[in-house]
Amino acid sequence: MAGKYVHQSILRLEDPELITARVQFLDDIKLPDMLHAAFKRSDYAHARIKSIDVSEARKLPGVIGVYTAEDFGDYVKPGPLQVPPPTAIKGATYVARTTMPIAKDKVRYAGEPVAIVIAESRYIAEDACDLIYVDYEPLEAVVDLEKALQPGSPLVHEDLPSNEAGHVRQERGSWEQAVKEADLVIKRKFFINRNAGAALENRGIIVQWDKHAKQMTIWCGTQSVIALRNQTAARLGLFESQVRVITPNMGGGFGPKINTSLPDDALITYLAMKLERPIKWVEDRRENFLATTSERDQVHYCEIAVKRDGTIVGLKDFFYHNSGAYNPYMMTVPLNSQSHTVTNYRVPNFLTEFYMVFTNQMIVTPVRGAGRQYGVFVMERMLDAAARELGMSPVEIRRKNLLPANAYPYYTNIIGQDFVEGVLDSGDYPSAFEKTLELIEYDRFVNEVQPKLRAQGKKVGIGVACFSEGTGVGPYEGARVTVGGNGKVVASTGYTSQGQAHYTTFAQIVADQLGVDVKDVKIITGDTGYFGWGAGTFASRGITVAGTATYMAAQKVRQKALKLASKILEAPEEELELADGVVRVADIPSKFIALGDLANLANPMRGTMEPGTEPGLEAVAYYGPPYGATGAGCMAIILEVDPETMQVSMEKMAMVHDCGTPVNPMVVDGQIHGGIQMGIGDAFYEELIYDENGQLLTASFMDYLFPQATDMPKKLVLGHMETPSPLNPLGIKGVGEAGAIPVPSAFAQAVENALQDTGVEFDRDTLSPSRIFTYVQMAKGA
Amino acid sequence: MAQTVKINVTVNGEQVEREVEPRLLLSDFIRHDLGLTGTHVGCEHGLCGACTILMDGEAVRSCTIFAVQADGHELQTVESLGTPDNLHPIQQAFIEKHALQCGFCTPGFLMTLVDYLGDNPNPTEEEIREAIDGNFCRCTGYFNIIEAVKLAAEKMASH
Repeated sequence: MAGKYVHQSILRLEDPELITARVQFLDDIKLPDMLHAAFKRSDYAHARIKSIDVSEARKLPGVIGVYTAEDFGDYVKPGPLQVPPPTAIKGATYVARTTMPIAKDKVRYAGEPVAIVIAESRYIAEDACDLIYVDYEPLEAVVDLEKALQPGSPLVHEDLPSNEAGHVRQERGSWEQAVKEADLVIKRKFFINRNAGAALENRGIIVQWDKHAKQMTIWCGTQSVIALRNQTAARLGLFESQVRVITPNMGGGFGPKINTSLPDDALITYLAMKLERPIKWVEDRRENFLATTSERDQVHYCEIAVKRDGTIVGLKDFFYHNSGAYNPYMMTVPLNSQSHTVTNYRVPNFLTEFYMVFTNQMIVTPVRGAGRQYGVFVMERMLDAAARELGMSPVEIRRKNLLPANAYPYYTNIIGQDFVEGVLDSGDYPSAFEKTLELIEYDRFVNEVQPKLRAQGKKVGIGVACFSEGTGVGPYEGARVTVGGNGKVVASTGYTSQGQAHYTTFAQIVADQLGVDVKDVKIITGDTGYFGWGAGTFASRGITVAGTATYMAAQKVRQKALKLASKILEAPEEELELADGVVRVADIPSKFIALGDLANLANPMRGTMEPGTEPGLEAVAYYGPPYGATGAGCMAIILEVDPETMQVSMEKMAMVHDCGTPVNPMVVDGQIHGGIQMGIGDAFYEELIYDENGQLLTASFMDYLFPQATDMPKKLVLGHMETPSPLNPLGIKGVGEAGAIPVPSAFAQAVENALQDTGVEFDRDTLSPSRIFTYVQMAKGA
Repeated sequence: MAQTVKINVTVNGEQVEREVEPRLLLSDFIRHDLGLTGTHVGCEHGLCGACTILMDGEAVRSCTIFAVQADGHELQTVESLGTPDNLHPIQQAFIEKHALQCGFCTPGFLMTLVDYLGDNPNPTEEEIREAIDGNFCRCTGYFNIIEAVKLAAEKMASH
């Protein structure tokens, strides 16, 4: 649905201030009398705390206090679940062992806080950490997912009978039947690696307690102001109205910043109240690597049942999912993997089952993609394996099995992270596939270019993979739209923003409804002082859910404006229009009233307010979809592998995606670009490597390889499709994670294709040059 | 009170004299002592490039330099570039090409490029990629940054 602004690539309204450093990020905030926090973190992944000696640290000049679990008394207890248990899934079992604000008696991952120092400066606080002496009794660390569930494994939580954190089994059709019908059943095992969100800005929080007003203000780079406010209030025995959470400008989110009731917010809110002075804590990069949250680490055992002609009759996927030391985010990530395994294809019989496992590693919560790419990876790898066994091309087998364009709405029978049955609301997967092949010039490459280059000894390959992205899930978001007496509009939402251009895209939606200049619409996100309801920034749901709520609130304001103007202008509503900041009679443009004047009149100072009306040109609306809108698309990559170094150079990447109506096509492209960067990291280099003692070996950007400009494809071509979602009035679907999802699948296939003569087959993502080399050696039998 | 050292630096054209601890990082000095918070800190180990500033006209990482090492030197931060109403051509190009999203890494890119385009006013795409390879961005995939650098070079040439 296009408007004057919606569907237009207008430049971002937030940029002039942002690019000239006239904005405030968290660490830019300086309050009078502000103190600084630093954490003493465990060096061990698994150990009993025998004693902690803080006496020397307390003596250091400039130190205000040093606190261990003992000092917090009853306040030290597991935090609340961030996501409710999956009661909607039949037979699902789980145990909740949520985050401890500070380690008590035992540490469960390297980096878990054992003490917090509050000092006059961060430098002094860190000095004091070095003066804290902890006597540990090291315990055997639980690291390997499969060994963790074997009898006799050490236990992360000793009150539990095993390290099992949860179990889900879902089936559509009958896998048993599929095996009977199949000509061939192919088995594979896959390893999925752990990645960091690695936003350029680390996490951080500032807490101020006003002892006179009994009011707490929290500035925090959080993806969920509402959760932070509510959990803080509950923990401290305050009303929600006594806690205001404000997100300053945020330097990226990508998932880990969704978490609340982590040690930092749990302890610093408490201490700011106790000490009656503001406290700031800003995470450093090493802390971010060790002890924020990260994602995934799965082991999949998969079987695909096919006919000789390549028709899929069934898929079975059994996997282990690493939850880390605690599981506050419950099952979101593995459920995403599960519900994104077979979405693009006709798979009549599908059995999927997973076990979540506690380990002595960092807590696992979503990172851009949030497990979706691993469902996709497993399926795409299985298709490649089947094509290989059946002597088909990767293109042929996909073309044969893609869901047809008339299949929607398509009921998947699989319950996802939003606890409702998956429904693919709309789409056209075959067209996305064919369009991608055209953009990458697949046939020309395979028939003409590749043979020529191969004859010259070059290892060039091509890969193509399909993906879907469940987006815009519930429960809900809300917005308030208000026309001011100045004739400008302000819209506020509980949603938070980390760079996704909401200050522009939401303004585009409002400006179209109210006939004002888009520059006259101010968007406020992530400040509970302005809007106090919502769920948070996750699952590519901003523009779809909060954007739709904003649209609906703007529409209500529009109705109010028309009704009031109709009386004032003495003209029927249907003859009025909102344009150029006024309400006017469409045929008599000289007969108008400015929106600002109308806003003043909407707040009568005498007389009687008409029953059934509400004051102000203001309205609140909430939107909750019955299920999420599913974006989808396809990616192809042409790459070259250096046979000596196994360094991979991506020559060309093509991606076709469908996110329904793009509110701002320029911003949509930007979202995809960023996703691709993370997908490339995933496919290629980025890896959180833990050793057998649970020590993170890649805890700096020296060791954790972040994709840089020279790692990007030399050429990127994007193709767009727009099948509007029927779930919301603008026809929007989310796009935030799209780019990240297909890269590992397309990349693995393309590298295999480049190295076809070696017969190499990859059973994992993160194919760094050294790893590719190892696989090639194994394929050669070396 | 820890021992302090007196330093003299020129920051964005202004002479500044301060007492600092010898261990104070230049990035912390700029951000917290001088209040020039446009310089951002992403890793504090010299890898991400967010804290890049100019020291005597050369792009450097302010997180791996001590403030005392800047004594007697001339510094330029992102605050020395344009204003919303009078943007530097590189800033203008970044906006026009949607080369920033969260904007956290952007000051480092800008300062790297002020130095780079000063020396290489007409770079090829490959040279641009090399030039910004020491600056990390998690939002843009670098695609639009590369386009913005091309546009900035054009804008600066026509100035």
